[in-house]
Amino acid sequence: MSKITNILIAGVGGQGILLASEILSEIALRLGLDVKKSEVHGMAQRGGSVVSHVRIGEKVFSPLIAQGASDFLLSFEKMETLRWQGLIGPQTVSIINDTRIVPTNVNVGIDSYPEDLDAYFQQNMKKYFLVDASQLATEAGTIKATNVVLIGSLARLMHYDKQIWLDVIQEKVPPKTVAVNTKAFELGYNAVAQ
Amino acid sequence: MTQTTVEYAEKVLLSGNEAIAMAAVDAGVKLASGYPGTPSTEILENLAKYRAVYCEWAPNEKVALEVCIGASFAGARALSTMKHVGLNVAADPLFTAAYTGVRGGLVVICADDPGMHSSQNEQDNRHYGPAAKVLILEPSDSDEAYHFTRMAFDLSEEFDIPVIVRTTTRVNHGKGVVHRAAPLDLSGRHCSLEVNPQKYVMIPAFARARHVVLEETLNKLRLHAAESELNRTDMKNDRSVGVITSGASYQYVMEVIPENWSVLKLGMIHPLSDDVLSRFCSSVERVIVVEELDPYIETAVKALGFKCDGKNLFGLQGELNPDLVAKGFGIPSSSTTIPAKALPPRPPVLCPGCPHRGTFTVLKKLKTFVSGDIGCYTLGVNKPLDGIHACVCMGASLGMAHGMGHVLSGAEKKKVVAVIGDSTFLHTGINSLINMVYNKSTGTVFILDNRTTAMTGQQENPGYGTTLMGEATNNVDMVALCRAVGVEHVYKGNPFDTVKLHELAKREIERDELSVVIVEKECVLAFREIIEEPLTIDALKCIGCKACLKVGCPALVWDGAGKKVTVDITLCTGCDVCVPECPVDAFIVPEKKNRGEV
Ligand code: SF4
Ligand code: SF4
Repeated sequence: MSKITNILIAGVGGQGILLASEILSEIALRLGLDVKKSEVHGMAQRGGSVVSHVRIGEKVFSPLIAQGASDFLLSFEKMETLRWQGLIGPQTVSIINDTRIVPTNVNVGIDSYPEDLDAYFQQNMKKYFLVDASQLATEAGTIKATNVVLIGSLARLMHYDKQIWLDVIQEKVPPKTVAVNTKAFELGYNAVAQ
Repeated sequence: MTQTTVEYAEKVLLSGNEAIAMAAVDAGVKLASGYPGTPSTEILENLAKYRAVYCEWAPNEKVALEVCIGASFAGARALSTMKHVGLNVAADPLFTAAYTGVRGGLVVICADDPGMHSSQNEQDNRHYGPAAKVLILEPSDSDEAYHFTRMAFDLSEEFDIPVIVRTTTRVNHGKGVVHRAAPLDLSGRHCSLEVNPQKYVMIPAFARARHVVLEETLNKLRLHAAESELNRTDMKNDRSVGVITSGASYQYVMEVIPENWSVLKLGMIHPLSDDVLSRFCSSVERVIVVEELDPYIETAVKALGFKCDGKNLFGLQGELNPDLVAKGFGIPSSSTTIPAKALPPRPPVLCPGCPHRGTFTVLKKLKTFVSGDIGCYTLGVNKPLDGIHACVCMGASLGMAHGMGHVLSGAEKKKVVAVIGDSTFLHTGINSLINMVYNKSTGTVFILDNRTTAMTGQQENPGYGTTLMGEATNNVDMVALCRAVGVEHVYKGNPFDTVKLHELAKREIERDELSVVIVEKECVLAFREIIEEPLTIDALKCIGCKACLKVGCPALVWDGAGKKVTVDITLCTGCDVCVPECPVDAFIVPEKKNRGEV
């Protein structure tokens, strides 16, 4: 079987994760590749953990990524980077939004947020990038474009033509926000070095 | 998406639910009725966008299926959608529709949820095939969801039987490439009435005859299954192992299966073809059945006298995935993962500004025992609200509270209250309220009316004001409805004014007669206009007592360093539920622009 590219996207409900996986899948389709994407809706919309699996290749069967087999991880929140750690291997290239969203259970003192995440990333991940996406999105014009900043970073690290990413993003975002999102994409693209 | 011109044989990226909607349009469906339920909800939402099909939300699944049966009897193709537990509600008409058969193709999409991503159980609805004696097809991805749904309508008409297309969460919400086929043109087909009581009126004498016909139909379907392309065999020369599988499990099998193993993929789940199973099992040395949840196929294989492995390798609970299937096959994993690190959970919570927060804050202070129901408000079970103490199925809260009330006494009896949402109340709660009136309950019922079916994504319901197709419509008047069934004490409360709501709730719980409190405020996600300016906290006043955090609002953030609470102004909707909790009046509340008194 030819090589399949596995992309895991993780974060918190409401962060625009579904749009990110939507854009990736659409790109795969335009490249004439087979693609399967899997995510679970419902409860996750209410501030819960959200994950999306995207698998791209000549022929894709399973919609789910196997143990340790993620090629890329796009993480929208620091702690959520590790929620699906069973799917992440040492070889996984990760883009991590350098932001903390504290769960309500932590806020009311039932649980605590892990403090040593940076050290953990450093020890266990071969290649990862911390991107201050919210800051870059704000620079682009609105914090709401955080997800597009992160997609921009992912685009830099994946081998697809940059123009296809831009085309798909410009089609998928609301017409009024095309300029802002294009800028957000570029800022994200330039935030990581190949 | 308005469908103007029809493109043929295109390749599109669709979720299983989008694929089913497109299949329904392409199969010439005229009417669709369902009740929202994850993971089935988006089918009707997508279908409604085509405008070519009349679509509606029914108050419950039984009604939805009955509407479709009616359309089918008049000659139209009809589609009913629901989640697995919804079929329990619709089971009554389904079992008899198998006897009457159909006129226009009648298809039920039933979306199971192995792994319970958002359900109260993980029942395996394949058992409805033998129980209800209907045809069941099971697709394994978006492409099959499209093609199987189209075939379901043809088979329904050809064999005069209702067809269930059984999906699972991975198929409904997974996305994949769909190869669309040329739409069928049924515009020439006219609906009409057909008087044929022997077929459509199931009095015992007629039903007895129809049962004979139904068993004959099932036998014909067994023969059809033996030849149908829905069941596919891929035989390898090496005959050491053969795998039987279906649905999403097929995709996991194909991902990890050794090249020399043979596969039987079943698309027709009921009736199973003994022939197909026997042929396959007798041509391989070892049989392994890979299926999620119950040993449905495994039992059939064993009944034919073949030995097989199945549940002994894969277990009875939850979803499968490539790793679990490989493990069951005994294929060692070559992957390495990064070392595990303990993380706190991140469960879903009531949204900032959610009207249910106020009600639970009040009920907690009154130390009630809450007989709860299925909906957003079920999230009130989590800390810090701890607000739900029993919850079984849609519409059960009132009945359970009534039952508890009849066997408890004194203070314990008084503690029990029922809590139910508006959509759930109209789904099946109303029947229990009638029972409470008739059988002299003295309980208290809280209807949390946020005017929408919020949990599944804010779908319209009879209290919303518009239909699924976007037309303005009548609104159920909850107060008048409760009065009409005989409740004397019906009151309205405002969940954002917890001080007043507390008084009202306390009074009604004390009352030795049945009462209904309708706590009324729109869902903050569906009706953005209720959002007010965010609050702030006067840091000089805040003493860091954390009393406000007990309402469990995500917008309230504990600043450990400063030992104070702050408000995340991007989240706060200015609902004021936290305000009365503060002992030192630290909240700074901007003036309200659109808060009317209830
Ligand atoms: S912080 Fe208070 S006012 Fe703001 S949304 Fe939460 S409970 Fe409502
Ligand atoms: S209740 Fe008032 S004083 Fe206590 S932490 Fe909250 S804002 Fe501060």
